[in-house]
Amino acid sequence: MSKRVARLAGSAASLPITLFGLVLTTFLIGRVIPIDPVIAIAGDHAPEAVVAHVRQELGLDRPLLVQFTIYCRHLLQGDLGSSVMTSHPVVQDLAHFFPATLELATTAILVASLVGIPVGVFAAARQGSRFDHAVRIVATASQSMPIFVLGLGSLLIFYVKLGVAPGPGQVDVAYDGLVDGPTGMLVLDAALQGEWDVFRDAAAHLAQPALLLAAFSFAVIARMTRSFMLEALAGEYITTARAKGLSRTRILWRHAFGNIKVPLVTLLALAYANLLEGAVVTESVFGWPGLGRYLTISLLNADMNAVLGATLVVGVIYLGLNRFADVAARLLDPRTR
Amino acid sequence: MQSRRHFLASSALTLSYLALGRAWAATPKDLVAIGKQIDDILSFDPAECSEYSGDEIVGNCYRKLVAPDLADPTKIVGDLARSWDVGPDGQTLTFHLRDDARFDSGNPVTAEDAAFSLQRLILLNKSPAFLLGQFGFTADNVAKLIRAADAHTLIIQLPTVQATSFVLFCLTPGAGCVVEKAVALAHEMAGDLGNGWLKTHSAGAGPYRLVSWAASDHVIVEANAHYSPAPNIRRVVVQHINDAAAQFLALQKGDIDIARNLDSDQLKMLAGNADYQISPQPQLSSLYIAMNQKVPDLARPGVQQAIKWAIDYDAIARNITPVTWTVGQSFLPNGLAGALPNQPFSKDVARAKDLLATAGVPNGFTVAMDYQAASPYAEIAQAIQQDLKAIGITVELIPAERKQVVTKTRARAHQLSLLVWGSDYYDPNSNAQAFCANSDDSENAAIKSVAWRSHFVDPELTREAEEAAKEIDADKRVARYHAMQQQFWDRAPFALLLQQNAVSVLRKGVSGLVVGSLPDYTRYGQIRKS
Repeated sequence: MSKRVARLAGSAASLPITLFGLVLTTFLIGRVIPIDPVIAIAGDHAPEAVVAHVRQELGLDRPLLVQFTIYCRHLLQGDLGSSVMTSHPVVQDLAHFFPATLELATTAILVASLVGIPVGVFAAARQGSRFDHAVRIVATASQSMPIFVLGLGSLLIFYVKLGVAPGPGQVDVAYDGLVDGPTGMLVLDAALQGEWDVFRDAAAHLAQPALLLAAFSFAVIARMTRSFMLEALAGEYITTARAKGLSRTRILWRHAFGNIKVPLVTLLALAYANLLEGAVVTESVFGWPGLGRYLTISLLNADMNAVLGATLVVGVIYLGLNRFADVAARLLDPRTR
Repeated sequence: MQSRRHFLASSALTLSYLALGRAWAATPKDLVAIGKQIDDILSFDPAECSEYSGDEIVGNCYRKLVAPDLADPTKIVGDLARSWDVGPDGQTLTFHLRDDARFDSGNPVTAEDAAFSLQRLILLNKSPAFLLGQFGFTADNVAKLIRAADAHTLIIQLPTVQATSFVLFCLTPGAGCVVEKAVALAHEMAGDLGNGWLKTHSAGAGPYRLVSWAASDHVIVEANAHYSPAPNIRRVVVQHINDAAAQFLALQKGDIDIARNLDSDQLKMLAGNADYQISPQPQLSSLYIAMNQKVPDLARPGVQQAIKWAIDYDAIARNITPVTWTVGQSFLPNGLAGALPNQPFSKDVARAKDLLATAGVPNGFTVAMDYQAASPYAEIAQAIQQDLKAIGITVELIPAERKQVVTKTRARAHQLSLLVWGSDYYDPNSNAQAFCANSDDSENAAIKSVAWRSHFVDPELTREAEEAAKEIDADKRVARYHAMQQQFWDRAPFALLLQQNAVSVLRKGVSGLVVGSLPDYTRYGQIRKS
């Protein structure tokens, strides 16, 4: 019992320590980049009095340690400061931009899982077949190709050459600002509000970046599922099941697949976390107004409150999904409890 | 078989999903989509906005007392003011406001709104406040000196004597916009005079009103129902498209109607194509090289002249920036009163080498040059590197983000720096103060002008800049600026290279976009779409 309590306590303590490290590192990086954030706000033509006033308003005239202490104090109160770029509180910005990333990453992980898991299972079941070789080649190629190359290539083929897909952005300009729904996920909001033109347009815009991210995750999911399944299929209980005369489908899905759920859940959680925090390049290529693009633009504008806030969200998501994977593993596999 | 079916189904789903985008290529007729780089926008409050893209939107949502005559920007015409008088002391300006102007709320524009707006500019003391602050208005005196005599009469009492044209021109940028007092105060938070709300909303009497802004994504404005004459287009969407190639593509695909930031190569490809109309407009923006005077070699006048004579201005304009930039060697760009059209420098390697030898550095030297790592600045920096190499000066190029280059230059940590300077308003004083005036070169100087940033101290030019601003006689004032430009060419450590052209490309059937030489005067109201 005491061992369990100690483990829980250690686990609970690691989260704030990791987040503190993340905040400290990002804060320090923000203060050493060679861009004066005051110039970003006041402009190149601002008189010195205005520059000094803005510097004072931002607290940048204080010692670094004092600045960091103040930031942490506000952070504990849920105040991430205001973004220079948008003039909004960073919390409000994150609530605005994150749903777009969530929409993209969730679509991608669903597609990647729905395709990748069955493909991985069948590849393992037909180990050494042409299908198995093809899956491994496709998976390796998808994973090794830089995502911006895939993104630009995809835009070139489907938008420019074939004209079958819309260009960058979340929606066509004609529909910009028409739907402002409760979830912030445009496709879902448009459907909820019955704006079917906007829905179709938004879905079309979502397709390319989501499928691209899905292709990237598919590679990992299919390869790892295949690997997990090969290990499971080599188990003695599978031999026993075959000896008992169980059907091939039952052996594959109930006995073998049932035993890879734990590593698979961990894999999916980590893949989802990677999509949520790693969509920076994809969002930039496709002009997707999500967290990754917010982070990139904030960094280029030396908007450090926004950078810190977005980094913190990414960190919390990553740690949260890791923790979720741990808990899920314990629930699914009694041996780990 | 099962897997093959699965793949076929997935492929069909993918293709049908992508095909959904096909139907929405063209924009609706009452909507105009403009592709532009708008990631510089930070605020739409006229008392705060100082970015080019923000100024353009503010200019369409608000009106000012006076405006430059767009046919001849050296002249002033009335906007909200029907007329104005100057008192015998030269310090009292009385504006008579028209009585038919209405805010987008439907309320009439009054002199009280105008007085509030100008007082607010000084009280908030954001970046544009210097436009009025330079005349001596302060938070303590502004309420007394700028006041409404009645609903349609505004009186501005200048604390010091100034050239009237200078004062009027300082009312023409966004800072001079008239904000609806009642709306601003209704959204006041902690004494901010509505600044927090007006950062992302509008309360003006211009042809459009701000509907939506997503930073680095889009701005949407809709026609002001109370503006006369009513704008032709109901809704204008300015879409942020950072990359020129992406703008080019979006224009060709019909995703946007107007592209604003195409580069020279793309413009060449569209030239002569009947499906597109290319419309260049000279801007009051100059590209120049700043030579930091704390670098001993660059402090030699002979070296400064040698650099100016080594550069092949025509080749840069012709080969790198045809259409988008033209040669402009004066600190007063074409379009400002008093600007000289002369281009005194041209590439003369022998003369440049002689100047270097006379300056005591016959074998040249090595110097670093910062520049913005974007087209066409990178290509221009390389051309300058080649030109200076021909006279023995080795230039080490340091590419960086624009804000990084500006930060370094403001810290006076550069050696050579390739920069762009845009005028703040239509009066020549805007650039004269920036390039010529530096009365305090210390680190704690109150004004850190372009001259200060390169340690350029010239008491005579500093005095001339200050006196020209106060010269009441228009002809004498122009003569002063002419003389200053000659002196600047001889003595200043700045090589002015090019003047920018804003080039808009409109799809066939779209017309009427008016692009001003300052962003405040780019107008959407006359855009038509057939």
